[in-house]
Amino acid sequence: MNWTAIAAIYRFEMARFFRTLTQSFLSPVLSTSLYFVVFGAAIGSRIDQVEGIDYGAFIVPGLIMLSVMTQAISNASFGIYFPKFIGTIYELLSAPVNFLEIVLGYVGAAATKALFIGVVILATASLFVDLPIAHPFAMILFMLLTCLSFALLGFIIGIWAGNFEQLQLIPLMVVTPLVFLGGSFYSISMLPPIWQKITLFNPVVYLISGFRWAFFDTADVPVTLSLLAIGGFTVACIAVIWWIFKTGWRIRS
Amino acid sequence: MPAILTIRDLRKSYADGFEALKSVSLDIEEGEILALLGPNGAGKTTLISTVCGIITPTSGSVTVGGHDILDDFRAARSLIGLVPQEINLEPFETVWNTVRFSRGLFGKSRNDALLEDILRKLSLWDKRKNRIMELSGGMKRRVLIAKALSHEPRVLFLDEPTAGVDVELRKDMWEIVAELKASGVTIILTTHYIEEAEAIADRVGVIAEGKLMLVEEKAQLMARMGQKQLEVQLTEPVAVLPDALAHHDLQLVNGGGALVYTYDTRGERTGITALLNDVAQAGLVLADVQTRQSSLEDIFVGLVSGETA
Repeated sequence: MNWTAIAAIYRFEMARFFRTLTQSFLSPVLSTSLYFVVFGAAIGSRIDQVEGIDYGAFIVPGLIMLSVMTQAISNASFGIYFPKFIGTIYELLSAPVNFLEIVLGYVGAAATKALFIGVVILATASLFVDLPIAHPFAMILFMLLTCLSFALLGFIIGIWAGNFEQLQLIPLMVVTPLVFLGGSFYSISMLPPIWQKITLFNPVVYLISGFRWAFFDTADVPVTLSLLAIGGFTVACIAVIWWIFKTGWRIRS
Repeated sequence: MPAILTIRDLRKSYADGFEALKSVSLDIEEGEILALLGPNGAGKTTLISTVCGIITPTSGSVTVGGHDILDDFRAARSLIGLVPQEINLEPFETVWNTVRFSRGLFGKSRNDALLEDILRKLSLWDKRKNRIMELSGGMKRRVLIAKALSHEPRVLFLDEPTAGVDVELRKDMWEIVAELKASGVTIILTTHYIEEAEAIADRVGVIAEGKLMLVEEKAQLMARMGQKQLEVQLTEPVAVLPDALAHHDLQLVNGGGALVYTYDTRGERTGITALLNDVAQAGLVLADVQTRQSSLEDIFVGLVSGETA
């Protein structure tokens, strides 16, 4: 394993993040505050509690997940797409590194950035609402796995994308709707019975449910199912990336 | 000298059926400079990209320092430095971080003294804190070279290093190449400029339509170029060559208005004096005299057009 190369890629990617640290920090703080104003104050004044939890606190796991997923995807997809776009990918392809090392460098950096954003949102949210964490280890595990798996998905999108529009396509058209419809801001028990069944096909439901369980000890779906879902998703992403490097799809002619 | 790079029967066909490389075989000795000449689309970049791992070959084998580029890619690639044709650099990063990244990517431990030395030699040390986007085109090209050298390659590929650069920078590049050769680095460069190959290469290879048409010591090639032609223009055209000149190897051209004499500059006697004496004896009056030497370019154009005709 070429750890020096992994560290070089990781450091280079993190440098991009540190160059825009103020933006990286302020943007999630601002958007979280806005969500609290809109969902917490406006809607929360009409919905007092959901499953015995204050609505303001109830939406926090969903908010964190929403940002973590989109940040992990956008950082990882941009991270690998940019070298393709500007041509610096030649150096990665001609370096003595294998696919695992490239993925660890890029995905590790993207996951770190997403984790940073997640922690910032968690800290911001705790300024607004009283936030208990029932299962801290499970909370960390879910957060780490989400950062990792969605960074892997982002990496795949970055390899696939042929232009900047495509880079935005899946996060905007697929991920954001799935997160909004995945019980970020409501419990699926609040839906009509038929929609409760349909919504179980949304993989994000399992992630948000599991993550919320870590905070409030209450879940829409069994926690084991949540862990299996995110574990399965991670494995599926790794398999796709392994295939990409095996075949050189979209990167090596 | 042992071969540091061995290419055997290398072929590359794309999905659309286009054959970019047609059975290329080549040995490159350690420490030499090989210039690959060829027109656009000849396969020069494909050949380099395949050796460096950017393109997967269809068949054939390549070893670098005895290591197969596919089976033992880590060992093979760690010996290779690549300076690409296009200026591909991260615009927002500094020169120092960009070069340091390259060294790390190739698995080499941090060595700031070495990087400083490379940047100083390439006149980049003062620019180390500048972002790439702030540099001129020539400086960016130097950064590409610094990146390739940062991991101490034994074989360096320069893909058209002087394309689009001014004369001064081109001369600088030649000096850099000469210094690298002196330090024992093997260099393979592609170029459009015949004069570049003549100036710095030990051997010259010509590629056209995916085939290696010729690989020859530059000295041998120069020897082939040693033939010169003397054209004697006459005031009055002649219908046939006078008998007095029959024993000279002459051609009558321009409708009898000129005589062309081919001779070897390396011979002890060129025969020019005798010829000119005989011309005068034959009663022919000279209007003008000029000499021509076939250049590498003539040989190159001849080879390429001969193949494509």
